[in-house]
Amino acid sequence: MNELIYFFNYVVIAGSVTGCIYAIGAVGVTLIYSILRFAHFAHADMMTLGTLAVLLLTLAFPHAGDPLGLPTAIVMLPVGMAITSLIAVGIDRAFYQPLRNHGVKPIVMVIASLGVTLMLQGLIRLFAGTGSQNLYVDARKEIFRIDVPGITRPIILTEPQIILFIVTVLAVVGLHLFLTRARLGKAMRAMSDNPDLARASGINTKLIITLTWVIAGSLATLAGTLLSLDVAFKPDLSFFLLLPIFAAAIVGGVGHPYGAIAGGFLVGFAETLAVFNWSVLLRPLRDSLPTWLELPNNLALVGTEYKIVVPFFILIAVLIWRPTGIFKGKVI
Amino acid sequence: MPLLEAIDVHGGYGGMNILNGVNMTIEADEVGVIVGPNGAGKSTMLKAIFGLLTITQGEIRLRGEAITNLSPHKLVEMGMGFVPQENNIFPSLSVEENLEMGAFLKPGTASRLKAQIYEFFPPLLEKRRQPAGELSGGQRQMVAMGRALMNEPSVLLLDEPTAGLSPLYMNEIFERVKTINAAGVGVLMVEQNAKQALRIAHKGFVLAAGQNRFTDTGAALLDDPQVAKSFLGG
Repeated sequence: MNELIYFFNYVVIAGSVTGCIYAIGAVGVTLIYSILRFAHFAHADMMTLGTLAVLLLTLAFPHAGDPLGLPTAIVMLPVGMAITSLIAVGIDRAFYQPLRNHGVKPIVMVIASLGVTLMLQGLIRLFAGTGSQNLYVDARKEIFRIDVPGITRPIILTEPQIILFIVTVLAVVGLHLFLTRARLGKAMRAMSDNPDLARASGINTKLIITLTWVIAGSLATLAGTLLSLDVAFKPDLSFFLLLPIFAAAIVGGVGHPYGAIAGGFLVGFAETLAVFNWSVLLRPLRDSLPTWLELPNNLALVGTEYKIVVPFFILIAVLIWRPTGIFKGKVI
Repeated sequence: MPLLEAIDVHGGYGGMNILNGVNMTIEADEVGVIVGPNGAGKSTMLKAIFGLLTITQGEIRLRGEAITNLSPHKLVEMGMGFVPQENNIFPSLSVEENLEMGAFLKPGTASRLKAQIYEFFPPLLEKRRQPAGELSGGQRQMVAMGRALMNEPSVLLLDEPTAGLSPLYMNEIFERVKTINAAGVGVLMVEQNAKQALRIAHKGFVLAAGQNRFTDTGAALLDDPQVAKSFLGG
């Protein structure tokens, strides 16, 4: 039974954590694509940027969370989301809007977003240095060990993981209600469907674009912060996030927020399962195996250091066999 | 004062003129129909009125006020409704949501107007929760017209509302246009089904090569042997 708990800790929990992060990131990518019609490569750096904002706020007020009994970074999260949203809207006004007004092709926007990526990366290193930093300042990450009766090995969950699960559910439900109930949310879907007709209906498309950046910036901050809280803040975080979140958005079908969520979990679990050491699960069978078959110590599909291969493989496979993704999205 | 006036309108895409001096006048209680051969600039004229292409010369007036080259957004605010020929619905939004988008500028009136639209286009009521993209061509046209009516326009521009529809639906749409007009909305529409359209038209404009060839009442144009011979297929 210990092996099952091991599986639960290293696949179910770890996969869900990765899945949540990818899902929230991919929703941002897919929303930006459906409104602005270009692949926003700077999205992963927006996640890092949002995390940096939260980190700086946490360093400035390390004990702000104490009265609430929450990590300070969580208390600072809404402020960080607001700051990142403002920066995202600012970036749009400064770089993307002039190009849009010129009526450039989507590929020009993509290249512009690559430029923004490099700029943001430089900016992030300027403020945060190159090393990794803990988002728990003057505090310790709480780790919960849940004992299962009759089994020696406990289920291990960390405080940031629990917060991540709760926040992801809230974000997804909130986004769903916004898109299906709110007047502006419906207008956002309308603009994604048919921008010309949206304009001809009197929908203020500039407001919708601003709103898209606010949502994308907020979600990016959310995902980046919760991931960094569980691991650590690294200035090169975006490098490990960019490919998986694009894979997730494309697998789910670009332009479909629900597809992006499904894609995020698919990529997250695929990655986790690929680096999982299967030999642990086979260990109880060791005695019944024939003598010539020796169980290796590590039986993972790919080494942890190569796990970025998995989303890359999924991405290429989907692009070849089903470019529209699970939910029949648009082709980037 | 006429509801909508176009005076010597010139314009086109990218420096190439398609309209070479079009004149039109519509009163508030009139249906105007634009007919003419392919490439005459019929749809272009509607788009020019709705601010979708640049007018290089001439003027458009709404109730005497110059609206030449105003943005579509501004024109919708001023009470103009436009139903394009293609891509005139939001396919993944439900019928109800399509209608709500039409009332985007007047959210307070949406529920009252929705009820009126369902009364006006009964087939839409039972399909109101269905994505508009799944509807038949005639029902889509109803959604498209309903969306434009949700803004309570004073003038409605329709670009070939019966294109590709069965004769049954075609008559239905023409009947609806008459009713909309009777309710006090001026209508200007482009039509390929020229004879049927001119029958409900108070004014007809026969365009050719971007200019008015004949301008008269609908009935007079139908009776004119020259119009019949060159534009209505005998």
